[in-house]
Amino acid sequence: MAEIHDHNELFGQPEYQEQFEGKKEFENVHPDERIAEVAKWTRSDEYRELNFAREAVSINPCKACQPLGAIYAALGFAKTMPFVQGSQGCTAYFRSYLTRHFKEPVAAVSSSMTEDAAVFGGISNMTEGLENAHTVYRPEMIAVSTTCMAEVIGDDLRAYIKQSKSNGAIPEELPVPFAHTPSFTGSHLNGYDLMLKGILEELAGEKGEPDGSINIVAGFDTYSGDYREIKRMMRAMGVNARVLADVSDVVDAPNFGSYDLYPEGGTTQEEAAAAINAEATFMLQRFPTVKTAAFIKSDWEQEVVLANPIGVRGTDEFLAEVTRVTGSPVPYELEMERGRAVDAMVDSHPYVFGKRFALVGDPDVLLGVISFLLEMGGRPVHVVCTNGDKKFKRAAEELLATSEAGSDATVWIKKDMWHLRSLMCTEPVDLLIGPSSAKFLWRDTRTPLVRVGFPIHDRHHLYKETIVGYDGAVNLLKLIVNTVLEEMDRAAIDTTSFDLVR
Amino acid sequence: MRQIAIYGKGGIGKSTTTQNTVAALADAGHHAMIVGCDPKADSTRLILNQKAQTTVMDMAREAGSVEDLELEDVLLTGFKDIKCAESGGPEPGVGCAGRGVITAINFLEEEGAYTSDLDFVFYDVLGDVVCGGFAMPIREGKAQEIYIVTSGEMMAMYAANNIARGILKYAHSGGVRLGGLICNSRKTDREYDLISALADKLGTQMIHFVPRDNEVQRAELRRQTVLQYNPEHNQAAEYRELARKIAENTNLVIPTPITTDELEELLMEFGIMEAEPADEAVA
Repeated sequence: MAEIHDHNELFGQPEYQEQFEGKKEFENVHPDERIAEVAKWTRSDEYRELNFAREAVSINPCKACQPLGAIYAALGFAKTMPFVQGSQGCTAYFRSYLTRHFKEPVAAVSSSMTEDAAVFGGISNMTEGLENAHTVYRPEMIAVSTTCMAEVIGDDLRAYIKQSKSNGAIPEELPVPFAHTPSFTGSHLNGYDLMLKGILEELAGEKGEPDGSINIVAGFDTYSGDYREIKRMMRAMGVNARVLADVSDVVDAPNFGSYDLYPEGGTTQEEAAAAINAEATFMLQRFPTVKTAAFIKSDWEQEVVLANPIGVRGTDEFLAEVTRVTGSPVPYELEMERGRAVDAMVDSHPYVFGKRFALVGDPDVLLGVISFLLEMGGRPVHVVCTNGDKKFKRAAEELLATSEAGSDATVWIKKDMWHLRSLMCTEPVDLLIGPSSAKFLWRDTRTPLVRVGFPIHDRHHLYKETIVGYDGAVNLLKLIVNTVLEEMDRAAIDTTSFDLVR
Repeated sequence: MRQIAIYGKGGIGKSTTTQNTVAALADAGHHAMIVGCDPKADSTRLILNQKAQTTVMDMAREAGSVEDLELEDVLLTGFKDIKCAESGGPEPGVGCAGRGVITAINFLEEEGAYTSDLDFVFYDVLGDVVCGGFAMPIREGKAQEIYIVTSGEMMAMYAANNIARGILKYAHSGGVRLGGLICNSRKTDREYDLISALADKLGTQMIHFVPRDNEVQRAELRRQTVLQYNPEHNQAAEYRELARKIAENTNLVIPTPITTDELEELLMEFGIMEAEPADEAVA
C-alpha cells in the first residue's frame, strides 16, 4: 500500500516538486530573484504610501456580509429557521463560515433563486420556499434575510411574506420576521442589527408595567462562553435578566448521539414577547445594535444602556449600571472574582506592560480589548477596523486618550488587513490581536497572533471561552501573556536565557 | 404624511405636472417633498430653479459609498420651502437604475428626510414599473396612492393600462391604491371623453384634465413652474385645481386593468381607430 503523506509533506514530494517546476514555463513565472525583490519592496515605506492610496480593491478585509449577521441573530431564537431569499451558494457560505468557527452544524435554508427569479422576481421562490421550510422542518419561526441578488432586483419582503400567508403557503400565525440585508453595503453587524430588530418587532407583546427585569443583547458576540458568563453574573446578582438572541446553546450544543435540527436553547418567543416590559435593555455591543436600540427607545419607550463588559473597568461599569437599573448590589462572589482578576493582572503585568500591539477586528471587540490593554499598560499602535465608522473612530480615540499607553495609537477605519500589513512592516509591533484571518499577517511579519474575535477558524474551541466579565479579563490575559512567554521561550531556545520559570 | 407616486409613459409630462402640482400644494400652505426616482434627474429643476440637482447616486459615486453622504448634500429646498431630492442613477445602458432608487430612498429614510411636518411626499417615477426597484416607492410604508399621467394618445393610454396592471399586483399584497388618471392634454380628438372612459374602465376617475398651454413651456425655459413664473395665469389655476382635487381625494381604488383588445375597442368606439379590414390582414 502506498504511503499516505500528511498535507504538509505531500507537496514536498519529488513528483509534486517536478510538476511545480514544469508548470513555471507555462505560467510565465518571474525569476526567484525578481519575486524576492518585489516582496521586499512591498514592505517599504514607498509601498505603504501606494497601498494607502489604493481605491479599487479590498484585500483580506476584516468583515463578513450582512446576511451572515442576520442568520446569527436568528439562531439566537428558539426553534427558528433562518431563511435566505437569494442564491444557494451564499447560504452555503454563511453556514460553513459559522460552522468552521463553532465546529457545529448550522441550519439555514435558501430560496434558491436562479436566472428566472432574477428576471421575474423572487415571489414564487419565496412562497414555495417558505411552504417547504415550514412543511419539512417545522420551525416555530422563520427569519428571512436577503442576498445581493434579491436586493438588486428589489424583492419586497414585507409584501411577499404577506402574500405567502394570504395564499395559504404558510399559516398566518407563524412568525416570519424579515430584514433586507444587501451584502454590498455595511457588514455582518448591520445584518445582525436589522434581523434582531425585525424579530423583536414581530414578537413583541403588549406594553404593560415594567416588571423589574432587564434585557441583555450581547450583539455579534461569537463566544458562547460570553453568554453563559453574562447569565451567571446576573444570577449571582439575583437579577432577572433575559438574553435576547441567546445563541449559546444553539451554536454550542451538547452531543447526545443524535442530530437535533433545533438544539435546545435560544431565546423563546415568550421571553421575546415579555422583553417589552423590562426596565431597560443593555446593549453589550453598540455598533451591531444601532437600529435595534433606536427601535426599543421609540417603540417600547424603554431605556437602552450601552455597556462593554470587556476588561475590569468595562465590567465594573456594566455591573454598576445593572445595579442602578435593578437596585441589586454587586455580590461578594463577583467582588472576589474581580479581586482574583486584578491579582492575575498584577502578576503578569511585567510581561505585557510596554508591549506594542496591532489590533484588528469588529468595532466593539476592539474597544473592549483596547480598554483591557490600557489597564495592563499594553500599548496599542495600529488599530484597524474594516467595518468601523466615524463614530467608532471617535470612540476609540477618546478611549485611547484616557491613558498614556494609548498615545502611540492610530485608528484606521475602512481599511483591510493588507493595509495593516504595510503598517506592521514599516512600524513593527510585538503582538497582533485579531481573528484567524490575521494569520497571514503572522506569516508575513512573524508577529505572534493572539486569536480574539471572529472568525476563529484555525484553533479549536476558543469560542467556548469568555472574554467578558472578570473571568473574561483573566482569559484575555492568559491568551496574551502566554503568547508573550511562548515567544520568549522560542527566542531563548538555544541561549542561556532558556529558563523554567517565567 | 401622504405619500404619492406619479407614474406614466415617458415624455408624457410627469415631472412638469408633479412640480406644478406640488408648487400649488406648497402655495396653499402644505409642506411637501419631491423625490425624483429617474436616472434622468429632472424632477426638481423647476422647484429649485436650477439646471439639475446633484443626485444621491452622483454623490455616492464621488464619495465612494452612500454611507459617506450627509443629508444636506442631497436634500435641497426650493420654491415655497419644497424639499427636493433626486435618486439619480447610472448612465443609460449600464448598471442598475432600479437599485439606485432603492439605495436613494433607503438613504433618505435612514437620514431622517421624512420629517413629521411634511404633509405630502411625491415620488416622480420613470415611465413604467419596469422592475422591483421602480416599485420601491409603492412598497408598504411608502406611497399608498398613485396617479397616472396620460393623454389621449394611444401609447400613453397603453402605458397607463400597463401601470394599472402593476398596481394591481402590488395592491393585493400591500395597501397601494390608484387615485386617478391625470390627463395632460395633447389636444387629440375627443381626449376628455376618451380618458374619462378609460378611467371608468380602470375603475377609477379622471381626477383632472390639464389643458395644453404654452405658458408651461415658457416657465420651463426659465426653470420655473407656472405657479412661480406667472401665478395669475389660467394654467396656474389649473394646477391649483389639480392640487386641490388630490388633497381632497378619497376615491382610492384597486384598478381593474383591461386587455389590449379592450383598449383598442375603446379607441374604435371613439372613432380614433378604425377596425382592420379583413383583406388587409392577409396582405
